Amino acid sequence: MAKLVFLGRLEDVAGMGEMSVQPGPVEHVLASLDPALAVQLLGEKVRMALNGALLTDVGGVVLAEGDELAFLPPVSGG
Amino acid sequence: MLDVRLALDAFDPATEIAAFNTRHHHAGGIVTFLGQVRDSGGVEALELQHYAPMTLPGMEELARITHARWPVEGLLILHRSGVMHPGDAIVLVCAAARHRRDAFAAADFAMDHLKSESWFWKREKTAKGWRWIEPRPEDREDLSRWG
Repeated sequence: MAKLVFLGRLEDVAGMGEMSVQPGPVEHVLASLDPALAVQLLGEKVRMALNGALLTDVGGVVLAEGDELAFLPPVSGG
Repeated sequence: MLDVRLALDAFDPATEIAAFNTRHHHAGGIVTFLGQVRDSGGVEALELQHYAPMTLPGMEELARITHARWPVEGLLILHRSGVMHPGDAIVLVCAAARHRRDAFAAADFAMDHLKSESWFWKREKTAKGWRWIEPRPEDREDLSRWG
């Protein structure tokens, strides 16, 4: 399995902080989610990190077994 | 020299500051900044959430950049994550340098970048419940000071 991680307000939208998903292309993974959640995850201010490294473009990314894809809304400082 | 920590539990700023000052007793100047939870607006609690794979590595990178930019002899960045209450310490930055301006600038630079670029998400609890805090435009403006 692969893992999605929802930070900040996205955790409330998802109703959970983490979700296990089947590995595969990110487009397929997102298409399998509640559309209301997917829309929030794809918001223009939301950044994504694969295994702790920021992605500049999610296009073509394929989640492998054990991968962790985090959705990072704008940070709100300390 | 560079001491960067993410604290999951409360820390005592006085103890940390005293230890830093002792380590850098030869420095000409030490600037210390303490950020703490404001007691205002009916805020009962503040929660900072971090993301382990990125938050501490990002703080360590900020410390390296700060050190590369100013000749600091010592730099401490200590940031809380978790639930805090009014008066609790959130962030402590200490900068020791041969001359005061470098210490002021290094601490100021580190704080501006911590506030606007470090991987923390914040929510507040009031009588109405928890509410996530959106970024403030001022934080981005603070960053533009550094070019």
